[in-house]
Amino acid sequence: MIYFDNAATSWPKPPPVVEAITNCISEVGANPGRSGHRLSIEAGRIVYAAREAVAELFAARDPLRVVFGQNVTEALNLALRGLLRPGDHVITSSIEHNSVMRPLRALERRGVSLTIVQCSPEGFLDPAAVEAAVRPDTGMVALNHASNVVGTLLPVREVGQIARGHDLLLMVDAAQTGGAYPIDVESDMIDLLGFTGHKSLCGPMGTGGLIIGERVDLARLEPLKRGGTGSRSEYEEQPGFLPDLCESGTLNVPGLAGLRAAVRWLLERGVEGIRARETALTQSLLNGLQAISTVTVYGPLDNELQVATISFNVSGMECSEVGLRLDEEHDIMCRVGLHCSPAAHRTIGTFPAGTVRFGLGSFNTVEEVDLALAAVRTLAEEA
Amino acid sequence: MTRPEYAVVTVYSTSHALRAEKVLQRVGITNKLIPVPRRISSDCGVCVRILQVDAEPARRALEAAGVEVEGIQSL
Repeated sequence: MIYFDNAATSWPKPPPVVEAITNCISEVGANPGRSGHRLSIEAGRIVYAAREAVAELFAARDPLRVVFGQNVTEALNLALRGLLRPGDHVITSSIEHNSVMRPLRALERRGVSLTIVQCSPEGFLDPAAVEAAVRPDTGMVALNHASNVVGTLLPVREVGQIARGHDLLLMVDAAQTGGAYPIDVESDMIDLLGFTGHKSLCGPMGTGGLIIGERVDLARLEPLKRGGTGSRSEYEEQPGFLPDLCESGTLNVPGLAGLRAAVRWLLERGVEGIRARETALTQSLLNGLQAISTVTVYGPLDNELQVATISFNVSGMECSEVGLRLDEEHDIMCRVGLHCSPAAHRTIGTFPAGTVRFGLGSFNTVEEVDLALAAVRTLAEEA
Repeated sequence: MTRPEYAVVTVYSTSHALRAEKVLQRVGITNKLIPVPRRISSDCGVCVRILQVDAEPARRALEAAGVEVEGIQSL
């Protein structure tokens, strides 16, 4: 089987991830930060080690500013719904995933104004267009780091500079880049970084979080939920410090044990190395697909300008049929349709038909890329 | 043999306690995470127990490392 759906979730997972999860459930199993006994403290250590690993990966100085949650969607909701108020203006791009677009549309109905800066059909965003959209009431720029449809990288650092220049917060959705492309929250000037554990970080589903920078006013940040934190139990008000402000209820400790192991595994290999390997595979795939006359490939068509996510269509065959036949006849798993991102498909001109998406990951090989190209050639001939 | 005299470093959360533990270990101050004694706080979390003689070096080490400390009290 060839698994080319890593943009949805990475698979398989590195063996240490599986071991860490199993070990956590069978050997530790207590609630972190709730009781003072040895097992509870051990569970707390697992969670803290996961914070340290994530902070190291993204060059965040303070592990306690890594707030864990279920996934990047929750993290982005926390950043957007937690910080934007009626009367605020927010700038975003036209290739956002619905995890950003839907919370923004809901906020818009409650009095937050929204500017969607148009990207090019390849998914490129002009930083100057972002700057031109800044108004006196602008509070935040919310950006995808790389499109989940065409893989296009957005100029986060350039926009970060603009955001600092106008005293705005920059929120970045790193769903498609965390673990696959170098991210440094300090030099990229990212104030709010949403990450998910189960994609290129190679951890389990049900893990993710938000890194909250020092420019964010915690007194203004409304958590998505309030409840037990194991701290300040004598008070009926939510603690105002991180991570407890944003982490109510028992965390997914086995998941975070797995995430910690995954990030350590990534750090040992180095994100730069993973990126180099994936860009080589991406270019082979791009070249091979473009050589098929009836295949249209979307996006930058340049491995330096994108992550290992590639969208294409076969002329004369619906993307859903391509996906089904790749699965049934060629044993290739991929994702077809709109990829939860109608805005991106409108931008690249494939709405509402959608595309076939190949999402490569750490475990894919040159042989798999060759087999997939042969399969698409066969389908193109039969279309 | 007499029981050693202890002090406890109280912090805001278990995460802070784990951070304090790391700092103290790094500078070689013997410590142990224990449940917060009820007479010190009604909080349900943990605190860091140290030897009373280490109270001042611990305070300095934690301050230097930027660990937020609620207080250091004798047990």
